[in-house]
Amino acid sequence: MGRVADEVTRQWLDLSLLTSTATIGSLNFFLNAGAICCLLARSQFERKGQLAVEGRVGVPEHLSRGPVLRVEWLKRQSDMITVENLVKEFGTKRAVNGVSFEVKPGEVLGFLGPNGAGKSTTMRIITGFMPATSGRVTVGGHDIVDSPLAAKRLMGYLPESAPSYSDMTVHGFLNWAAEMRGLSGSARQDAIRRVTGLCFLENVLHQSVDTLSKGYRHRTCLAQALIHDPEILILDEPTDGLDPNQKFEVRQLIRRMGEKKIIIFSTHILEEVEACCTRAIIIDRGVVVANGTPAQLKAKSELAGSVTVRVHGVGVEAVRTKLAQLGVAGKVSAQAEGNTVSARVQPRERGQGADLASAVADVVAKEGWRFDELHTEEGRLDDVFRAITKPDTAKAAA
Amino acid sequence: MGASLVRTEQLTAMNEGFRNVWTISKRELGGYFNSPVAYVFIVIFLLLTGFFTFSLGFYHERGQASLAEPFFSWHPWLYLFLVPSVGMRLWAEERRSGTLELLLTMPIAPWQAIVGKFLASWLFLAIALALTFPVVLTTAYLGDPDNGAIISGYVGSLLLAGAYLGVTELMSAITRNQIIAFIISVVVCFLLLLCGWEPVTQFLVNHVPEGLVSLVKGMSTWHHFGTFQKGLIDLRDVVYFGSVIGFSLFTTSVVLRGVRGA
Repeated sequence: MGRVADEVTRQWLDLSLLTSTATIGSLNFFLNAGAICCLLARSQFERKGQLAVEGRVGVPEHLSRGPVLRVEWLKRQSDMITVENLVKEFGTKRAVNGVSFEVKPGEVLGFLGPNGAGKSTTMRIITGFMPATSGRVTVGGHDIVDSPLAAKRLMGYLPESAPSYSDMTVHGFLNWAAEMRGLSGSARQDAIRRVTGLCFLENVLHQSVDTLSKGYRHRTCLAQALIHDPEILILDEPTDGLDPNQKFEVRQLIRRMGEKKIIIFSTHILEEVEACCTRAIIIDRGVVVANGTPAQLKAKSELAGSVTVRVHGVGVEAVRTKLAQLGVAGKVSAQAEGNTVSARVQPRERGQGADLASAVADVVAKEGWRFDELHTEEGRLDDVFRAITKPDTAKAAA
Repeated sequence: MGASLVRTEQLTAMNEGFRNVWTISKRELGGYFNSPVAYVFIVIFLLLTGFFTFSLGFYHERGQASLAEPFFSWHPWLYLFLVPSVGMRLWAEERRSGTLELLLTMPIAPWQAIVGKFLASWLFLAIALALTFPVVLTTAYLGDPDNGAIISGYVGSLLLAGAYLGVTELMSAITRNQIIAFIISVVVCFLLLLCGWEPVTQFLVNHVPEGLVSLVKGMSTWHHFGTFQKGLIDLRDVVYFGSVIGFSLFTTSVVLRGVRGA
């Protein structure tokens, strides 16, 4: 809501804002302006895409003065990205086979999957680069096929190979991108300054793109995606080809921006998902095989909830029998390394992790075992990933 | 009031369309002049037109202050190679480097990109053509040429370049390899030229019905460019070149849609 109010005052201050009344879900602005100004205002707001604008030229009853514009902002489903039953065929090959999901503002969606799983294809369809064979995508309430321009205005897109025009300078390229996004004058210069800061491009701003290293080129393309401060960011492998420091910075950036925006990014680096996603989707051979928060996904791991304990000076068999006698314990495995024994106890039923840990601790205390480790496994994302996606080699055999 | 509302909105949309076309054009033009290619091209073009006009065109021997024969009649042949070399990169390069994905996910309609690119290259060719002005000055100095014929010659030449350029843009969209785009464009432009070239039409007259001959001849750039050389700006010829350009650009949009679908 505040964002819209800011927008109105920023752009139309000179039109003397008469009253602004905020009601739940909508915002009414009465601008004291000429008819032409009202129309301009209306087209400006409609260009923002996410604002449902009621532009009325008329004199409201309680005002005696000129034409008035009423801007209504409705917070609705239209803020989201919805993907329904997306199918994409290349010849006889189905790259995407019935993918459906939704993303809301404030969500950072990690898109995981082996190479060739259909991540990039899905993103290309969402951004309107490719038409889908069947299925529907709406971005901020706009169907990507029926009203592509309105949908594209809301999005910033970093394609997989981070392409940019190699014959331009970084500044020239960003200037072009800003112009394509309809920014002009000081707004354009401000936008360029903002993204060069965000993406650490100050040092190379006037260098030609083809003289840049891969990391800089990548960030140049990322800057292009951010130039119009979009509501929605689609990033295809945003940290690919960056050094560890740059990766860290980009993750920070994604997390920071993800608080207000919708971000979808693809990656095959699992730690990245844990570092910045609020939700992750695993896609394999064109099908969504998992969809949940990183914690939920990790909980699907075989190991999730099991308790590991390491004790000294006790026989392997003694440890195994004692632990197996616990009511909440499932499978118990134990092995000796010299004088120490490591045992892993799996819960009998999933979700009993906490009970299990205290039960194990009780046993350890009662028996008077010396121990230097006792912890509950959270589960590991790469286990889940391996378990539910099949490697490329299997695909060739199938 | 209602009608004017709609009109204003349409105008805003149109303005935005033109602005997008111009943004694309500016970038393309910048692309030409940022690299040495543009200057090399212009120098080669001017050297060749000079050479053809003053040596092969028997400019001096003719003893006439006319540009039709010695100057303009070479243009269809010169453009055959020079225009495809200007236009071959238009889409092929975008496809090769992946920037096509960037361009087509910007909030612009594909036709705006297609027209923008076309206009940039056309403007570039127009600049090259305008730099042949010393030929005109020389003729004006040596004699008393028919200025109307010179103007119509230039108009025709520019339209001819536009038609070749349209074909080249289409071929450039078909492949991601500039060289292939160049070769196919040369071949197609050559066919367009050839089907109205006198030796070919003479040959056709003896073998196929007359109606077909005039149809084939009517498809030729040679035939339509000839009118301009004579000093006539005939609406039919303008329409011809316009439709070649229009058809090529429209087909480019169809091809690009196919490229994205596959």
